[in-house]
Amino acid sequence: MLAFILRRLLQSVVVMITVGLIAFSMFRFVGDPVNQVVSLDTPREQREQIRKAMGLDDPVPIQFLNYMKRAAQLDFGISYQFRTPVTTLIGERMPATLELAFAAAFLALAVGIPMGVYTALRRHSVLSSFFMTVSLVGVSLPTFLIAILLRYVFSVQLGWLPSFGRGEVVNLGYWTTGLLTLSGLKALILPAITLGLFQMTLIMRLVRAEMLEVLRTDYIRFARARGLRTRSIHFGHALKNTLVPVITITGLQLGSIIAFALITEYVFQWPGMGVLFLGAVQNVDIPIMAAYLMLIAFMFVTINLIVDLLYSVVDPRLRTSMRAAT
Amino acid sequence: MTFRKTILAVAAAVALFAVPASAKTFRFAFQGDYKSLDPYTLNETFTLAMHGAAYEGLTKRGPKLEIIPGLAERWEIVEPTRWRFFLRKGVKFHNGEDFVADDVVFSADRVRATGSNMTTRIPSDAKFVKVDDHTVDVILTKPNPILHYEWDTWYIMSKKWAEANNAVAPTPPSATTPGYAAINANGTGPFKLDSHQAGVKTVWKPNAAWWGKPEHNLTEVIFTPIASDATRVAALLSGEIDWMEPVPVQDIARVNASPNASVMTGPELRTIFLGFDQRNAELKYSNVKGKNPFKDVRVRKAFYQSIDVNAIKDRVMRGLATPSALMISPLLFSRSGEFQRFPYDVEAAKKLLAEAGYPNGFEVGMDCPNDRYVADEAICQAVVGMLARSGIKVNLNAQPKAQYFAKVLAPKFDTSFYLLGWTPGSFDSWNILQNMYGCRTDEGKGRGESNLGGYCNPEVDALADQVLAENDAKKRDELIFKAYDIAQNKEVGYIPLHQQALAWGVSKKVKVVQRADNQFLFYWANKE
Repeated sequence: MLAFILRRLLQSVVVMITVGLIAFSMFRFVGDPVNQVVSLDTPREQREQIRKAMGLDDPVPIQFLNYMKRAAQLDFGISYQFRTPVTTLIGERMPATLELAFAAAFLALAVGIPMGVYTALRRHSVLSSFFMTVSLVGVSLPTFLIAILLRYVFSVQLGWLPSFGRGEVVNLGYWTTGLLTLSGLKALILPAITLGLFQMTLIMRLVRAEMLEVLRTDYIRFARARGLRTRSIHFGHALKNTLVPVITITGLQLGSIIAFALITEYVFQWPGMGVLFLGAVQNVDIPIMAAYLMLIAFMFVTINLIVDLLYSVVDPRLRTSMRAAT
Repeated sequence: MTFRKTILAVAAAVALFAVPASAKTFRFAFQGDYKSLDPYTLNETFTLAMHGAAYEGLTKRGPKLEIIPGLAERWEIVEPTRWRFFLRKGVKFHNGEDFVADDVVFSADRVRATGSNMTTRIPSDAKFVKVDDHTVDVILTKPNPILHYEWDTWYIMSKKWAEANNAVAPTPPSATTPGYAAINANGTGPFKLDSHQAGVKTVWKPNAAWWGKPEHNLTEVIFTPIASDATRVAALLSGEIDWMEPVPVQDIARVNASPNASVMTGPELRTIFLGFDQRNAELKYSNVKGKNPFKDVRVRKAFYQSIDVNAIKDRVMRGLATPSALMISPLLFSRSGEFQRFPYDVEAAKKLLAEAGYPNGFEVGMDCPNDRYVADEAICQAVVGMLARSGIKVNLNAQPKAQYFAKVLAPKFDTSFYLLGWTPGSFDSWNILQNMYGCRTDEGKGRGESNLGGYCNPEVDALADQVLAENDAKKRDELIFKAYDIAQNKEVGYIPLHQQALAWGVSKKVKVVQRADNQFLFYWANKE
């Protein structure tokens, strides 16, 4: 088991270095950062001074080595645009992204699971077919379109909810939260729906399919034959067994919710990491881009590692195969 | 219930719970961020305007761009190379320190230090000498009538504050620790910085101890960057913000139709133009080999006459442009009315091309940004279509500004035909003659650095030198006139297209002042 973990950790390091390398070779094609930090009429000599001072004159492999050396000590450099350490910037923005992601995930679960159960149990009811139609919309409409529709109705026409931003935030030391103020909660609603809608429909369809399958199994039939109450069969036995794959999927999707929140963030000007990253791409702010990509890679690697380990806990068959492999 | 009724109901509800009349919070949004608070690190219009809330220069510019006294009450030219500035008395920085001559001398050094992006604000050989606490002399090596033209955005910083906080030099882009001045502000201006989170939110409060009489009635100002066009428009229409810029051209009608806001338009100083490579012996992107067709003035004129600038104005810019015959806005040169564009005439263009030896036209590559100017890529596409009628096949390469500028600017100058915009930073023609028409070297150092195509005429350079040293306004304008006459009327150095219009989205609850240099100065804003 220990050897397995060690091997996975080593693989993770290789993945991180590869991501760094790919990111770094891409940065050569995003444009010249110097043009982004000075005005158009800046004299040439001044530009060259800046280029040199930024270390952009060094060959790419050396730039990469220097970068990785510093990154290993968690020093991601100074943003070209803001002249502020990248770690500070990401630290300031991360709470916003995480709050949005968790709100979206919560919404997806809290609404998706009951809807899934309902559509599985009352397959032919009118409400079920309505839910199924809605879920089709959720799966097929692109995020930004949903966002624009929601905003048009609820902010521009009705004026109930804010169209952008995070509202008033409360500062709790290292964490800023919008969950403690009314305007913060109101501001969270539309982005969370936008981000969570796809996951919600996914979970609903997953729960429905799993539930239908479980309801056909023998032990449910025996439970019925034994005269257990329908309620306890449905929720005590069937739903419980349905949830295993749902938990796995939710865990994996959480990573992508955080990583791909950037479209939602951009549309609602949600001050999270995604907006920071998009701005960085536009302005060739390489330190931010690099740090963001490394962070996302790190997150996926960690989540995958945890999921792998969890599998071995959940499924004894995997445990033996692991032992055999070591 | 219809939407209108809903809106009325909501409006009534809002009116019931409206805050007391005394609190006037002005909220606004811009597409970009307010990046660094250090007033010397980025020479960019929006950033300079934002600095202008907390900081002030020796001079200021009024709503019509006229130069007015700022921290200097008045000034005089003692002798052609010695200017004397009399500083305003009783002015205090936000931290309570007195504003004195030492601060001016210090700021003059700091703005020219390494890491500053504003070194051109003051000639490098100008000396600042303190005469007494409220008088400063500027000693020049040669006369310079436009010395103070850009000083409205050379903001004065406190010497003591900078020294105490280790911010004597501007934070260079390569710094490893953030400068104190990049995240704190201490000026003399009408607003104090309340909080600043780069890229998220900036808040100002009025400075009660300001020396002047406030022309605003605000009690708080909040800035949020909103990058997405659609979001910015929605925020304005829903009344969450009072001002935003820019309004995308396709949304202007929608904003004007809304009950909450309207679009405020006006001419901007930036001139959008097309330029040619006139320097290389052979065009890099063309099917003409062994020679450069753009070296022939007839070809340049043919290109000029093939372009229907009014169609670009009406169709592409939806009326929000002023066609231009010069590379400078008519607001900045008194005799610009005497210049006329060459008429749009495809037949004449074809004839000129035939005379130049290209009866069947030729192919040329064109570089164009797609996220820098209003409808930049659409303008280029229109140009491609128009030139096709004269037999010129243009291969368009439109890219984001990050890649575009890296390609076309010095030192690469990697373009044969391009679209660019230019605002003379000093609001003066000498800047154009020097940067756009000045003969440049291969690497483009010194004169003509932004003359990407390498137009060159020593006569124009000589005139530019005379313009710089001429103190008499009338004679100076005559010299400028001569230079433009040669460079544009005779030699068609560029194809000026238009000055794009400003499009500000303004809530009906506020009154703001629009200035042609597109600096948004909220110290002139009033809210109902």
